[in-house]
Amino acid sequence: MPAVSKGDGMRGLAVFISDIRNCKSKEAEVKRINKELANIRSKFKGDKALDGYSKKKYVCKLLFIFLLGHDIDFGHMEAVNLLSSNKYTEKQIGYLFISVLVNSNSELIRLINNAIKNDLASRNPTFMNLALHCIANVGSREMAEAFASDIPRILVAGDTMDSVKQSAALCLLRLNRTSPDLVPMGEWTARVVHLLNDQHLGVVTAATSLITTLAQKSPDDFKTSVSLAVARLSRIVTSASIDLQDYTYYFVAAPWLSVKLLRLLQCYPPPEDASLRSRLTECLETILNKAQEPPKSKKVQHSNAKNAVLFEAIALIIHHDSEPNLLVRACNQLGQFLQHRETNLRYLALESMCTLASSEFSHEAVKTHIETVISALKTERDVSVRQRAVDLLYAMCDRSNSKQIVAEMLSYLETADYSIREEIVLKVAILAEKYAVDYTWYVDTILNLIRIAGDYVSEEVWYRVIQIVINRDDVQGYAAKTVFEALQAPACHENLVKVGGYILGEFGNLIAGDPRSSPLVQFNLLHSKFHLCSVPTRALLLSAYIKFINLFPEVKGTIQDVLRSDSQLRNADVELQQRAVEYLRLSCIASTDILATVLEEMPPFPERESSILAKLKKKKGSSKLPDMDDSRKNVNGNTEHAEDAEVASKTPQFLLEELISTDRPHPSSSATMLPTRTMVPSHTFTDNLNVNSAPSSGASLLVDVFSDFSSAAPTESSDEHFPRFVCKNNGVIYENQLLQIGLKSEYRQNLGRMYVFYGNKTSTQFQSFSTSVSSNDVLCSQLNVQEKPVDPLIEAGAQVQQILNIECVSDFSDTPVLNIQFRYGGTLQNIAVKLPVMLNKFFQPTEMMSQDFFQRWKQLGAPQQEVQKIFKAKNQMDTDVTKAKLLGFGVALLDGVDPNPANFVGAGIIHTKTTQVGCLLRLEPNAQAQMYRLTLRTSKESVSQRLCELLSEQF
Amino acid sequence: MFIFLLSFPPGKTRLAKWYMQFDDDEKQKLIEEVHAVVTVRDAKHTNFVEFRNFKIIYRRYAGLYFCICVDVTDNNLAYLEAIHNFVEVLNEYFHNVCELDLVFNFYKVYTVVDEMFLAGEIRETSQTKVLKQLLMLQSLE
Repeated sequence: MPAVSKGDGMRGLAVFISDIRNCKSKEAEVKRINKELANIRSKFKGDKALDGYSKKKYVCKLLFIFLLGHDIDFGHMEAVNLLSSNKYTEKQIGYLFISVLVNSNSELIRLINNAIKNDLASRNPTFMNLALHCIANVGSREMAEAFASDIPRILVAGDTMDSVKQSAALCLLRLNRTSPDLVPMGEWTARVVHLLNDQHLGVVTAATSLITTLAQKSPDDFKTSVSLAVARLSRIVTSASIDLQDYTYYFVAAPWLSVKLLRLLQCYPPPEDASLRSRLTECLETILNKAQEPPKSKKVQHSNAKNAVLFEAIALIIHHDSEPNLLVRACNQLGQFLQHRETNLRYLALESMCTLASSEFSHEAVKTHIETVISALKTERDVSVRQRAVDLLYAMCDRSNSKQIVAEMLSYLETADYSIREEIVLKVAILAEKYAVDYTWYVDTILNLIRIAGDYVSEEVWYRVIQIVINRDDVQGYAAKTVFEALQAPACHENLVKVGGYILGEFGNLIAGDPRSSPLVQFNLLHSKFHLCSVPTRALLLSAYIKFINLFPEVKGTIQDVLRSDSQLRNADVELQQRAVEYLRLSCIASTDILATVLEEMPPFPERESSILAKLKKKKGSSKLPDMDDSRKNVNGNTEHAEDAEVASKTPQFLLEELISTDRPHPSSSATMLPTRTMVPSHTFTDNLNVNSAPSSGASLLVDVFSDFSSAAPTESSDEHFPRFVCKNNGVIYENQLLQIGLKSEYRQNLGRMYVFYGNKTSTQFQSFSTSVSSNDVLCSQLNVQEKPVDPLIEAGAQVQQILNIECVSDFSDTPVLNIQFRYGGTLQNIAVKLPVMLNKFFQPTEMMSQDFFQRWKQLGAPQQEVQKIFKAKNQMDTDVTKAKLLGFGVALLDGVDPNPANFVGAGIIHTKTTQVGCLLRLEPNAQAQMYRLTLRTSKESVSQRLCELLSEQF
Repeated sequence: MFIFLLSFPPGKTRLAKWYMQFDDDEKQKLIEEVHAVVTVRDAKHTNFVEFRNFKIIYRRYAGLYFCICVDVTDNNLAYLEAIHNFVEVLNEYFHNVCELDLVFNFYKVYTVVDEMFLAGEIRETSQTKVLKQLLMLQSLE
């Protein structure tokens, strides 16, 4: 077909598209497409060389066919040919085809890269941009290999056009995301940072994105961007709306750039420089002030743009979490939005307030909005808004309002959308447990949950109520009475039968004195539910029955009759049959004493962090529930743990001795109270007497559920690199044939941020990549580690980054563990790595004069404040290395304090959220003996101990 | 930003840009899921909806849905207005844009997207600058 028109209007293409649109059926469309494909194929194969225009037209048709959802298996070569055309329109179609239909056909890649190379070198900005956009769109490793070093050069070259700079910046960003290892960092970083000063705001916009991405990975290298970003932001927010002309959007000056700058600043802690800090505070105040000004336009675009900046400013204020005044102002502003007529704003205000609730400065201010939030729960039409309201209620909950919030959530649950019921159930269960002062309230709440939303009450929730009732003898009688009453309802949820069966089996005796709940009445009540229940519940009930035989000898006959009936002894289900047979036999031949031993009340469960919390986190993705659970403990003074300790000390100890070494007794997977698999007939009965010891089947769900991570045995664990991180913050912490894990960390006062880089060393994608940080119970209350989400896929050879936010609440000596799980090929890989977060990371060095040092040294003279260790040198004794290690450890080295110049003296302050601990140390090397003497004095014994332990391993 | 989608009900995708690696099946699945999530929503609802580990920011213009899939921590309103900014550019460029313009000039729409969004980031926000550049390209052969 000859060219019908000049320019890029392709008439043939338009005709073809019209034909397709006019097709009445799918078949007709396929027919028309096949005809066209045959035509194009013959043209491409024909003897006559096609001119550029025809090639462009046919390639464009192929692209259209592909976009309709049909496979295209030819035309790639013609598209590549178009790349070397010197006409823009032909080149553009060629690049578009390549970008949309990339495949890693190696021959073509070489040709494509060659064309790109030529265009990059062409000095024609239009062609350069086409090439850069193609690299940015494809982002393949081959392209990264070919161009990663050229692009920074183009970006910072003085004579590069603005629009090319914009593309180059973002192109580099894409390559950094897909193949970070190939993008060289170095001399150009400083010049990239200076793009923030560029006159062209489009260049600044693109550069800010690039710098933000790079700063997230290596904050130190881009530290200088903070002052430039603040300066730029300040100029934008104080400008009159006409100043920025092209970049003013509905009377708002450069809203997107402002948002990006504010996000860049969120990569860093508040500036330390006082004048910079106050300039930033001024900016944030100006943004907050503008929110109060009357709108310059009634258009929603105006308010959206303005509020986009406002919300980002609030995010920065929350991130810094250091200016109470700004936090409270932010909270008040969001409070206004809670009642705004725009649904979007109400939603965002609820979401943003959720994070404000976790700051101790604004927690109280957030709480004042409780009534508005509750009314949102009742009146909002959009389920996602109601969901945010639930989140916020959860986040603002503390001891003072927990009863009200739990009650509101329960009442909302009756009408809540199915999609969010399970989550609400989990939240109610967590709050009820956390803020239970009196555990009768807790029991009532959980039973209400089961009544209202039984189907959404997961195993974790009802396991937990049983665990708590067993561990707290003050609530057992009440629980028995309450479940007994709840079971009276003609229709009750099976979960209630489970809880009821378990609790009455353990504690039914506590209410048996009342003739209305005599043993027989209890038994008949439970048994009336039996036939309506599923097999696992029936199994649990059978266990309750055998427990009844022990508790109440008077109903033994009745129960034996039930067990003896054909429906039990010959039950088609092997588990039920076995239980019936064994329990019946046990009740017949065992003496009362033996029965009493075998069927003894369950011993208390070890106190662990609630698994419900873990489940909720998992359900929501860790990002959604930031640190509210952990930080709340701080706000409210962490009383839960004290109570737990009290319980533990009250519980009888006699069982613990022998049981701790084996697994603790837990209901097994079928939720029985008794292990059944161990009671196989071949065993003599005495072997099985100790039924309270662990089921050998190991299928104990509660163990799995409650031990969180400790019971999952990672296939590989490593801490070989761990000691090296005591005195340094960056490096490779773990490496095997598949995976390399690198760390970069920064600490400021009691806060830290760790960037974890996971590098896939293989040529196969890692799938289902997930991580979790686990800490033991003690550590949980001392150190908060919050994980940001991590990409579930890691491409071959690629690296992904995860951020961990760390908060030191009080001094600690344990180590959190990073658990990594992913699928490589067909197999699931588990790796556990000790995270090098040690107490000394929260050091702030303190310089002091000799006199001050000795004065403080004397003040810390109590015997428990000093810890001393004498140890042999493991490495060569080198003064400079030692100095570097001590500085890396975090203390300031004080010269001229110790009369012996060979000795080292250091001072620093450990920052924790609750306290600050001053530390002094002295290290005396003895070169002759190859020994060191290390002395630490701090105001806290545990801190002295831990620091001495950590440091003494370093020399 | 991970995905940029432009689609008409019933699910006819006019343009899809992927800023993260997905294989073809996954892309098709994502398109269907996004569509299912977005089209059931009422005009009174928010313009944001959680989706997998991301969130979708979307806006409807007549029968056309513009959807952007972003990280949950990204700024909702900024992306919502980025969509509108993009639509205003299309409207100007095609002189009162309608569905047919986008169908027949699909290859030009890609150029507009690349001018305004690149590598999943906002590249240029000035309508004046973008239109000037588009007109310049239009004049080239």
